[in-house]
Amino acid sequence: MSPLRRFFLIVLLVISAVIINLPYGSTLLKRDLSLKKGLDLQGGTHLVLETDMKDIDSQDKLDALESAKQVISRRVDLYGVTEPVIQTATLKDSYRIIVELPGIQNINQAVDLIGQTAQLDFRQDTSPDAGEINYASPSAFMRVFSFTSTGLTGKELKKAAVNFDQSGQTSGQPVVALEFTPTGAQKFADITQRNVSRPVAIFLDDQLVTAPIVNEPITTGQAVISGNFTSEAASQLTIQLNAGALPVPIKIVEQKNISATLGADSVIKSVKAGIVGLGLVMLFMILLYGKNGFLADIALIIYGLITLTVYKLIPVTLTLPGIAGFILSVGMAVDSNILIFERLKEELRTDRPFSVALELGFGRAWDSIKDANTATIMTALVLINPLNWNFLNTSGMVRGFALTLLIGVLISLFTGIVVTRTLMRLFLLPRSKT
Amino acid sequence: MINFMKYKRLYFLISLLFLIPSLYFLSRFGLKPALDFTGGSLLELAIKPTHIPQVSIPLLQDIARQGFNLDQIQETDSGTYLFKGKDFDQDLNQKFQHEISTFIGEPTEISFENIGPTLGRELIKKTLAGIIIAAGFIMLYVAYRFKDKKYGICAILAMLHDSFIMLGIFSFLGVYLNVEVDALFVTALLTILSFSAHDTIVVYDRIRESLRLNPQLSFTDTVNKAITETLGRSVNNSLTIIFMLLSLYLLGGVTIKWFIFALLIGTISGTYSSTFTAAPLLVLWEEIKNRKKKL
Repeated sequence: MSPLRRFFLIVLLVISAVIINLPYGSTLLKRDLSLKKGLDLQGGTHLVLETDMKDIDSQDKLDALESAKQVISRRVDLYGVTEPVIQTATLKDSYRIIVELPGIQNINQAVDLIGQTAQLDFRQDTSPDAGEINYASPSAFMRVFSFTSTGLTGKELKKAAVNFDQSGQTSGQPVVALEFTPTGAQKFADITQRNVSRPVAIFLDDQLVTAPIVNEPITTGQAVISGNFTSEAASQLTIQLNAGALPVPIKIVEQKNISATLGADSVIKSVKAGIVGLGLVMLFMILLYGKNGFLADIALIIYGLITLTVYKLIPVTLTLPGIAGFILSVGMAVDSNILIFERLKEELRTDRPFSVALELGFGRAWDSIKDANTATIMTALVLINPLNWNFLNTSGMVRGFALTLLIGVLISLFTGIVVTRTLMRLFLLPRSKT
Repeated sequence: MINFMKYKRLYFLISLLFLIPSLYFLSRFGLKPALDFTGGSLLELAIKPTHIPQVSIPLLQDIARQGFNLDQIQETDSGTYLFKGKDFDQDLNQKFQHEISTFIGEPTEISFENIGPTLGRELIKKTLAGIIIAAGFIMLYVAYRFKDKKYGICAILAMLHDSFIMLGIFSFLGVYLNVEVDALFVTALLTILSFSAHDTIVVYDRIRESLRLNPQLSFTDTVNKAITETLGRSVNNSLTIIFMLLSLYLLGGVTIKWFIFALLIGTISGTYSSTFTAAPLLVLWEEIKNRKKKL
């Protein structure tokens, strides 16, 4: 590829990077391109929940963990938190759920939202006159029910879904369909047998959700709650039923709460530090290497642009240590340039023509650059722990730092070598020789 | 060409000047582990005194003594208050803030952390695993690239030199300034390990190249030549990194101040060690080998 063509490719790359970074880049590419900020920068709550698995068979533990995670996800979604992170982590005998709620300041609110061991249970009417009255009559609403637990709980509910009634007058009306697990189906069959034409109440956290009247014993493990549901009410109930059953008790083992002001302050300070540092490095390069240094500075700006673009495209969640990793990588990015320029000086001392010295300098420096960066890349990979190995670090802060460092090193190899070399060939070599 | 190796005893002496106190502090006092390793709670509050003219630490201590399990209270640079303790959970936190609002004035919670003790123990294990794996990879790579064990061993000695100086300085800071070592410090340590290897590899690469191109030169002269050629690059590159770190240290947030400081020490020590530890060690190695041959 001729230097000129390479130059145009670089220009193209820079233009696309600029477009992506412009405020209206998101609308242009129809994708959200804002920088993702970690909890430490935008404020929020970080919780680590430990599940209590002592009552769960060992082969079911992972399932229980997964469904607990889903329950929590649903609750958080119901609550309307933007971009929550909910993930599971297992280590030997502990099964954990990590929850990050950006923007949630009130930790109590968050804990209430997640931590409540909401229990769904089915109850039957055991008041003295149970069974003797007509539940369908309006007068039935006047008396006090005395519901007691039947032993059937949310653990045995497989799922709830919104359906539309297929039969009779109520055809087309939304209903809530319940599906039980095999043991749940058995229990439900017994309960409905005992309570024909009596209500079976569904309680969520000791709150009555609904108390439909049993028309006939149900043995299939499937039940339908019909009533005068609107679509919204039916789906609301479905969510509650699905979300209600937290399969295992959970307890908070770690919590962090960061105020948004602290985060915003950190961002401003880091950006200021980054700009000052960058200015110093650029000035230093020009003072030291003159024209070459100036070209390296251009490559450095391209480096910054591309890195920012990559952060947005992956997307990388920026944390404070992540920003530090980026700023550090700017200092490291000029390393390949310095290696090359020092080499170039040496080659020029041996009275070689500039064009030859340039190519030799780049060629010889490449060996050192390659070896030296391999060590950094390996360390960053161990810290990022891309395969999620449990015996290695999983801390978001450490990963954030290592990820930005890795991206920085990889991109700096490109800008430090390909971009600088192309610029130098184009602008520093005598015209006739290119 | 400058005869750098003439003064190699001086370089070792300078290294020892830092290494011996480092090892002394490290073995005598160890490191002060932070909350993420030990478990416990950390609460930061901004308190606006409305009931009394001024917030005072003794007053806060009096309140904290009412069964709140908070054993450390300090004022930060930005006028907020840090409370540390064990078994201080969300419930106690609320009650504590309520007490403060009754006696002093409305508190604003800046941050609250509560970490269980098991998590801390796990982090220590994970951290050690990380260090061992990363250091192992770097060693294997150096050994593979240089095929000659003297390069591999000397590069690792230089890495150890940097790690011990960093650990020693933080042990010292722990004793005198209560600086704690957290997961980020470990990250800094690993970054410096790779930086140290990075720098040493550049110098060694040059030594090998010179050995090939100028077989007539003695080993010591080859090393001298390589150092003369790479010292400029080494210093310049470290300077650019130091510029970035210094501006982060001086202008960046408080949260990462010690992390940046650790990187700063490591960068300086790494630059020194690649030229003035790793290279003279090679020369020493050759000298001992030659002496043995003569015997």
